[in-house]
Amino acid sequence: MNLQEIIRALDLQVLTKSVDFQSITPSCGYASDLLSCVMAGAAHKSLWVTLQAHSNIVAVATLLELSGIIITEDAKPDQETINKANDEGIVLLSTVKPTFYIAGKLWEMGFRCKPVE
Amino acid sequence: MANPNRSFTDQEAENITRVEELTYELKVEEVMTRDPFFVIPESKMNDLLELFRKNRISGTPVVVNHQLVGIVSIEDLIRCLQSNDLSSPVSKYMSTKLLTTRSTDPVIEALKLFVSSHYGRLPVLDEQGQLAGIITKGDITSGILKALQHDYQEEEIRRYRASHLFEDIVSDRSSLILRYNIKQGDFIHGGSASSAIKKALLRLGASPQIARRTSIAIYEAEMNLIIHTTQGGIIRVEIEPQQISINITDEGPGIEDVELAMRPGFSTATETVRELGFGAGMGLVNIQRCVDSMRLESVYGKGTNLRLKINLLEEESVGESSTPQKER
Repeated sequence: MNLQEIIRALDLQVLTKSVDFQSITPSCGYASDLLSCVMAGAAHKSLWVTLQAHSNIVAVATLLELSGIIITEDAKPDQETINKANDEGIVLLSTVKPTFYIAGKLWEMGFRCKPVE
Repeated sequence: MANPNRSFTDQEAENITRVEELTYELKVEEVMTRDPFFVIPESKMNDLLELFRKNRISGTPVVVNHQLVGIVSIEDLIRCLQSNDLSSPVSKYMSTKLLTTRSTDPVIEALKLFVSSHYGRLPVLDEQGQLAGIITKGDITSGILKALQHDYQEEEIRRYRASHLFEDIVSDRSSLILRYNIKQGDFIHGGSASSAIKKALLRLGASPQIARRTSIAIYEAEMNLIIHTTQGGIIRVEIEPQQISINITDEGPGIEDVELAMRPGFSTATETVRELGFGAGMGLVNIQRCVDSMRLESVYGKGTNLRLKINLLEEESVGESSTPQKER
């Protein structure tokens, strides 16, 4: 499943500059608001769902080379965070829905994967 | 025409692509076709037809004594063919409404003329006003591609040099040391040292797995310096062909109970810091998972020293998921 399909199905708002979302295929999903857990648990190229919106999420996503971040519950990163994400090529997506709903929807759509052992 | 000397704001500058940059850097004379075919006003349209056909071109300047007097294109030839008038001179059909560009202009000026005029080609004049060449959109495209290719090769060479650093420099023991000063409370720059180290390692030819493990370990340590220290601290990374040694030191406050600090889930982070998603009590655990050896020494009231090692010779190195051996 590519990012374009996910953005359309979940009606996500794209906060960073538009890229070819069809060419991005997230490897897996991960949901947590604790950065160290993400560091430990999010797989390479995976899609991260969180309600954190401060600039450190971009640092985490960059180091882990994540496919993108879905920021839930309408939490909005500041412009500096968005600029940083653009610089690092991290896709930031936003939704008013809570994390549980987004994760559930993704699972329902068949976007499933084994957690990192 | 826009002012060619206009300056950009920082915001705009950030969004400029290399291609856009090149249109300002490259000069018309660098991409134009030199010594183009040309005709004189007295040439017959029939000869023009032959010239176009033989050389597969669709337009040419009309010149008298190196001075440009007109331009004649395939459209003019079609008009002539429609009236069955191939024996007429070029002067009857050429266009004398001329748009030209100078050889020393940046390519962007020629591009602007192409956009505003819908012309397919522009004659290029030198400083004396004589015909120096001709430029088409195709010339610009291939000029930019050539320049990009050149950039790419230079980058490749730079990468090659960096990744062969240790082979090229002969000593009994070579190492490269990177130092980063981390400020307490500087959440804005949190992760920039680990990110810089990751880039440096990849540039030096480390595998993506090694770069990832190293940067995760350093990220956690970097955030610890930002969150927990009184005055920040220093990250020192020593890169050798066989290993990466990382030394992270601070001058306080020190860890009260090192064993407790190592326990997964234990954290002393404040409520404010936890709201940012830190303080999961997984930092040191993550570090341990990513390195081949880890030594944590702390004196409460004085400071902490964390020493990490990552082996670069495959067979000695542990994976990201296995348990590292502690140094004895």
